[in-house]
Amino acid sequence: MTRRRLLASAAALAVLAMLPALPGTAQAQGTPIPEGEKLKVGFIYVGPVGDGGWSYQHDVGRQAIEKEFGDRVETTFIESVPEGADAERALTQLALAGNKLIFATSFGFMDAVINVAKKFPDVKFEHATGYKRADNVSTYDARFYEGRAVMGTIAGRMTKSNKIGYIGSFPIPEVVQGINSSFIHARKVNPAVEMKVVWAYTWFDPAKEADAASALIAEGVDVILQHTDSTAPMGKLQEAGGIGFGQASDMAAFKPTPRVSAIIDNWAPYYVKRVGEVLDGTWTSSATWAGIGEGEVEIGEITDAVPPEVKAEAEALRDKIGKKEYHPFTGPLKKADGSEWLADGKTATDEELSQMNFFVEGITAQMPK
Amino acid sequence: MILDWTTFLLLLSAATPILLAALGETIVERAGVLNLGVEGMMITGALAGFAAAHATGSPAAGFLGGAVAGAALSLIFAALTQYLLTNQVATGLALTLFGLGLTAMFGKPYEGVKAPAMPGGPLGINWVVWLGLALVPVIWLVLNRTRAGLVLRAVGENHDAAHALGYKVRGVRVAAIAIGGALAGLGGAYVSIATVLQWTEGMTAGAGWIALAIVVFAGWSPWGVLAGAWLFGGVTVLQLRLQAAGVAVPVQLLSMAPYLATILVLVVISARQKYARSASGAAPGSLGRTFHATR
Amino acid sequence: MLRLEPRTAAPWWLGLAAPVLAVLATMLAGGLLFALMGFDPVAAIRTIFWDPLFGPAAGYSRPQLLVKAGPLVLIACGLAVGFRAGIWNIGAEGQYIVGGICGAAVALAAYPAEGAWIFPAMVLAGAAGGWAWGMIPAVLRNRFGASEILVSLMLVYVAQKLAAWAAFGPMRNPEGFGMPGSRNLQQYPPAANPELIAGTGIHWGVVAAGVAVLATWLLMSRHIRGFHIRAAGMAPRAARFAGVRPEALVAFCLGLSGALAGMAGLFEAAGPGGQITDSFGSGYGFTAIIVAFLGRLHPLGILLAGLLLALTYIGGELAQLMLSLPAATVQVFQGMLLFFLLAFDTLTRFRIRWGKAA
Repeated sequence: MTRRRLLASAAALAVLAMLPALPGTAQAQGTPIPEGEKLKVGFIYVGPVGDGGWSYQHDVGRQAIEKEFGDRVETTFIESVPEGADAERALTQLALAGNKLIFATSFGFMDAVINVAKKFPDVKFEHATGYKRADNVSTYDARFYEGRAVMGTIAGRMTKSNKIGYIGSFPIPEVVQGINSSFIHARKVNPAVEMKVVWAYTWFDPAKEADAASALIAEGVDVILQHTDSTAPMGKLQEAGGIGFGQASDMAAFKPTPRVSAIIDNWAPYYVKRVGEVLDGTWTSSATWAGIGEGEVEIGEITDAVPPEVKAEAEALRDKIGKKEYHPFTGPLKKADGSEWLADGKTATDEELSQMNFFVEGITAQMPK
Repeated sequence: MILDWTTFLLLLSAATPILLAALGETIVERAGVLNLGVEGMMITGALAGFAAAHATGSPAAGFLGGAVAGAALSLIFAALTQYLLTNQVATGLALTLFGLGLTAMFGKPYEGVKAPAMPGGPLGINWVVWLGLALVPVIWLVLNRTRAGLVLRAVGENHDAAHALGYKVRGVRVAAIAIGGALAGLGGAYVSIATVLQWTEGMTAGAGWIALAIVVFAGWSPWGVLAGAWLFGGVTVLQLRLQAAGVAVPVQLLSMAPYLATILVLVVISARQKYARSASGAAPGSLGRTFHATR
Repeated sequence: MLRLEPRTAAPWWLGLAAPVLAVLATMLAGGLLFALMGFDPVAAIRTIFWDPLFGPAAGYSRPQLLVKAGPLVLIACGLAVGFRAGIWNIGAEGQYIVGGICGAAVALAAYPAEGAWIFPAMVLAGAAGGWAWGMIPAVLRNRFGASEILVSLMLVYVAQKLAAWAAFGPMRNPEGFGMPGSRNLQQYPPAANPELIAGTGIHWGVVAAGVAVLATWLLMSRHIRGFHIRAAGMAPRAARFAGVRPEALVAFCLGLSGALAGMAGLFEAAGPGGQITDSFGSGYGFTAIIVAFLGRLHPLGILLAGLLLALTYIGGELAQLMLSLPAATVQVFQGMLLFFLLAFDTLTRFRIRWGKAA
């Protein structure tokens, strides 16, 4: 079964024009919540909180809200909610139970959120990775490709075979951005590097992910980036003596090697900010696509298995991206079919990224049709 | 270059959990019982095995723990279907639901913990893989060349006749179910201890259902199970290796193929039985039927 | 020694008492489980069984019971007919998926046309898709003697891959920013299966489930075909002498259950689910098997069993919400409920005796 987390990122921007009543006016919703009155915040997760990856990280964000606001808030969650009718019911139950702010943390909840939001105009909804909004529905997402640039740099420096592998979940823009970003930055530090791509067609299937890692290792790959959520590839890398990177969560059990760093989904800053805004009465519907700078994409500790100069280089890149001094998709860049994409010095627009369905020049793998 | 020793090693490892579970289910079905709870028993074995390995630091103890837990869970199924005569299909489905829930509940403390290192085996092949391979001829011999196997098959072919001959239909079936549970649990433990090296909720991700398909593909023969496990494991490994080598593969359509092949095999053996009166490889006569001794 | 003796005539009240006893036993065992996990057992049981019906938000959850039970009852009614005849279709999940895909395909092909013909055509296509998927095991059994249990189960896997392929390939929403999944049919009015009476949760699938309960009841109790089915299930050889053609019966039962499952899939895809995704099948087809048995293969029993199962799903969500009970605990609780129901069902069919057989 699939883990149905799909991302549309700021496809948002493109749809903006299509939706009625958009938050262009940025009018604040509602009034501050007085001291002594509790704000109830609800969450629905697509997987179990014990998945150790996607849903787990959202739950870490939920706990951060409780820690930050103490008894001013009360949080609840429903886990393992299938997309479709069940999601709509779970969201409605949360709204009926008095939750005034509800986070729906999977792409597939999108239409359910919009439907339920219509029925509860005084409840605020936050939908992760979607592109449909309303007066009381915001969307938020993370620029995972920024973190992938840092991972790509380490990968390019660390590979001895000059072959790095990427385990993709599904061929969707989020994952394609990740593959391109890591490849571009691996090539930058190591022009001889090659990228092998395997699509697992699952977000979470440990046995299949392990097989995918083994298949890559058999092709001579010694560094693997994974875009699926289990630690299974780490196990295979450990046996083979290769290295990899934690995905979604830190995967700290595999430190210091094979896990040499990680790309962590850190939703806490955004969640704390949005809850604070509801408490102050300043919440407005918005589309947020945050990255390293906002702390939403976190680079996990780079272990001692990485030489100090590589570590310094990776951290410098991380900081440059964080300060918005550098965009991971900066021209000159060509598409894999040889056509021009970005001219020298030009950066990709969010709209282009949100619909990315091609590899950049140098990647020989084919995009599934 | 794709069909090489490396691919074979990958296939061996990928096939082991489904091979073990399918061998177990073969014994169960040869005794005339259809247990659809394989996924539930596998996940239980995955957690119990991981917990045992973690507690003792010994993967061997882990595999043992996985087998014991799988067998223990299967006894619920045995009690319900053999003593309370409940429907096997419904009970098996309930067992899967129960196993998935139970492990998710008790697995919490083991999240994020790493398994102890697995010792290697001869030719760089893990010794549980060897065990799985060795079980194929052993089970074949027991089923076809021993009295116990004969009784088991008699019970599965026609439980009324077997009962009339004085065989203990219920006892044989309970034993078969327990062995099936133990092997499914062992297969599950292989996933958590040897493949993934961690425990995560729902980690068997449908392997139990594949094992059920393999038993049919195999025509209820242990050698067929080996071929089936290699086919199902092989298709996965091969498509991943082709992708890694840069070949675009129609993944969904390709992954349908083993199931279609299974239907084809089933049709061929059924037709052979119907028209050529050759019973070899056919479904056990009493498969899935409830037995109640009237005398 | 404990042994079971078949009842020749079960007292009428036993059929009602057994499920009630099973639910009570589950409450006891479940309460113990919840207490061991550190939750208030009384509150947990009340939240699961009472609150969805009479709790503060019952106005919302009561109609939702129908939404959740609708597809289960619709599928289980068809399955039960076959089960009565000893024809084991356990592939309703696959027929559900294929029905959903076929029905949605009609809508997507028609898009953006308007017309009152679209929804009826989708229902027909859904039923036809499920029927065809159900007829594969029927034909293979009739022609080659292949077990319908196993063929129908294998076809579930094939249907699941088919749904994934469709969601990423031909049915992918062209305006969906490269995401898998079809257009949302709820937003295409001629193809939508909306709530018919506001606030009741009743959509065409729920109506169809109601019709299926009545129709299969009439079929089994009044129609000659129903007599044949019961005869074939109880005494296959005698049935043959009574003029029952087993091949025709196999085709009828698998075709009927397939068509009903296919319709359930279509109503879900066009209604509450809204679209075909790579994970379209969500286990309704398998859960319906359990519902059929819990309902003792009787249409009215199935209706009650479907509602009971829906109650534990919705109550389970409430328990997560109100008491922070983990989803896994709820799942274990459901598993126990099924075990108890199946076990207590034995009491209605058998008498328990001590000692050796006479």
